[in-house]
Amino acid sequence: MTRTHSSLTELTEEQEAATVTPSDDPAAPRRRWWQARTEASRIWRQPVVVVALLVAGAWLVVAIAAPLLAPFDPLQQSSDVYASPGGDHLFGTDALGRDVLSRVIYGARLSIPLALTIVLCALAFGGLLGLVAGYVRGIIGESIMRLTDLFFAFPQIILAMAVAAAFGPSTLNAVVALVIVSWPIYARVIRGAVLSIRSEDYLNASRMLGVGPVAALRRDVMPNSFGPAVVLATLELGNSMLLLAALSFLGLGPRPPAAEWGAMIALGTNDISRWWVSVFPGLAILTVVMACNIIGDALRDRFDPQSVGGR
Amino acid sequence: MTAHRPGSAAPAEPGTGAERTSTSAPVHGTGTDDAAGGTTARPKRSGHGFLRYLVQRLLVTVGLLLGTTVIGFSLVQLAPGDPVAANLSDAALGNPAIVAAFEEKWGLDEPLPVQYVTYLGNLVQGDLGTSQRTGRPVLTELLDYVPATMEIAVPTLLISLVISIGLGLLSAIRNGGAADQTVRVFSLVGLSTPPFWLAILALYLFFFVLGVSPSGGRLSPQFSPPEPVTGLYTVDALLQGDVLLAWDAAQHAMLPILVLTLVTVATLTRFVRSALLEVLRKDYMLAARAKGLSSRVVLTKHLLRAGLLPILTIAGLTFASLLAGTVLVESIFSWPGLGSYAYESATALDRSAILGASLFIAAVYLGVNLVVDLLYGLADPRVRLT
Repeated sequence: MTRTHSSLTELTEEQEAATVTPSDDPAAPRRRWWQARTEASRIWRQPVVVVALLVAGAWLVVAIAAPLLAPFDPLQQSSDVYASPGGDHLFGTDALGRDVLSRVIYGARLSIPLALTIVLCALAFGGLLGLVAGYVRGIIGESIMRLTDLFFAFPQIILAMAVAAAFGPSTLNAVVALVIVSWPIYARVIRGAVLSIRSEDYLNASRMLGVGPVAALRRDVMPNSFGPAVVLATLELGNSMLLLAALSFLGLGPRPPAAEWGAMIALGTNDISRWWVSVFPGLAILTVVMACNIIGDALRDRFDPQSVGGR
Repeated sequence: MTAHRPGSAAPAEPGTGAERTSTSAPVHGTGTDDAAGGTTARPKRSGHGFLRYLVQRLLVTVGLLLGTTVIGFSLVQLAPGDPVAANLSDAALGNPAIVAAFEEKWGLDEPLPVQYVTYLGNLVQGDLGTSQRTGRPVLTELLDYVPATMEIAVPTLLISLVISIGLGLLSAIRNGGAADQTVRVFSLVGLSTPPFWLAILALYLFFFVLGVSPSGGRLSPQFSPPEPVTGLYTVDALLQGDVLLAWDAAQHAMLPILVLTLVTVATLTRFVRSALLEVLRKDYMLAARAKGLSSRVVLTKHLLRAGLLPILTIAGLTFASLLAGTVLVESIFSWPGLGSYAYESATALDRSAILGASLFIAAVYLGVNLVVDLLYGLADPRVRLT
């Protein structure tokens, strides 16, 4: 019991006991979501999920060790323009003679941390609003949900484009724009999770014992809505990466000559016959996003067996 | 380590799946999540159920439309720099009369709320501002570009619906089987692919390698556009009786349609599959089986009919997101539609044009949502009571 709260310690223990209702199967071991061994191990036994985890891990290694892995400087121009893949340049070179392989490798350093940042910021912001909307309800909760409706009225890429263009193109503004367009889904999902637990006995009990709303949110509601948040964040990581690539492709992301995957794909449109300029960064995006989606799906199937692979 | 658990056997975290996959009610953006909140007063069951529903939906849509204009206005305000410099071309900036007229028209010396009302007033009159790039009114430009987008968006939607319902049905009734796995992998790949990358690959393959597709645009240079009736070149050419022209226009539209269809089918199939699986779990499906109905009857009379409503909802939403999806695809095919317009405006940092395009697409999105909600209310009376 690490989470003690001065005089409330015994009370929380009482609530603990109260959650084991007579209807509980006494044989069912008491576990938290991440301890559900049988179910979880079934996930790890799916070969697709294992491959996805390996791919995600490999990309993390590439991002961290980029300077060691990249054969060339990603920004170094050379006279060897549009060299075909093979030889010195495994993935060929682009219009400025830059090594595509090195740029793809360095791109991981840009795209992956940026996508993670977007997801974490959107989760923090949207999740907080969702917690409040689900727990407080009334006028505040209602207005928060109407606000999310409003943001859902814009297709994500369009709104992101408008925000990024209004603020001017830069890496920071692209991230801000994508946080602005992606927080509502977190608010909605977290609110749903909160609504589903807010009438649980243990919350009523703690309320009757005089635990205030803020404390209840922090101590009971938040830990219990952690699962949906993790599932959603994993699925959204892929989506954020696609949106980020799209913004860069539109010229509203990191400024050139930064090696961003979406921007690199855009370079391929200059000369369609030099397929390698856009094919390899596209494959990078595809593999990362697919890994995120597979892992997210597996997590979701684990948490919510009712939803069968839909989205 | 002892956070409180909800009752032990129940799935601890129903939120995610329920919110994202429930296809039994209109999904996005229109306040239907009240069902979960349950705070709003429920209208009493009466003979005027649909009328009440209609009015309620209309009000919600108008409210959301107003909201989108607030967002649009705030974006203009938040944008760094002088709005005059940001909205007028360099040539116009040199002319004090034009600058004064601009400030007058948008009420720039008034306080912000007044400015918003002015902005709204201009919007209602169809004034979305003037494009910095071309100096033409944004609305006029948008209307020029919309038919081109429709020419690829409408066929894409229809083709995607047919394919997705077929694949989703196959996947749902063979749940877990080889066919299901294949379909799921396919839609997973589709969901994870950047659409603009797919467009480049398609262009490379069909234009550069195979030479079976034109490189872009709506028509080959030797043709001139048909007399505008619908704005859809293929249709207009057929109306004129010019088969060659229609064929040329259709050939140009094929590749964008192919790419958009691949992307759309990936999303749509997932929805159809989970919508149908939801129906398949219902007791009446078991009952239909148990009383000895043939597979064909169970599938068409029970499964598809019950599953069609959620699919209708998603089809509407898909159409709206198609308009957004074209942003990333059209520019590659030099297809002069909404997407290209938004792309060119974005790359030129033409603010009023981008905002205008965003508001336009949001308005279409809300309109489609409204129509879908209304159809849904007509088809399923229970929805009106939410």
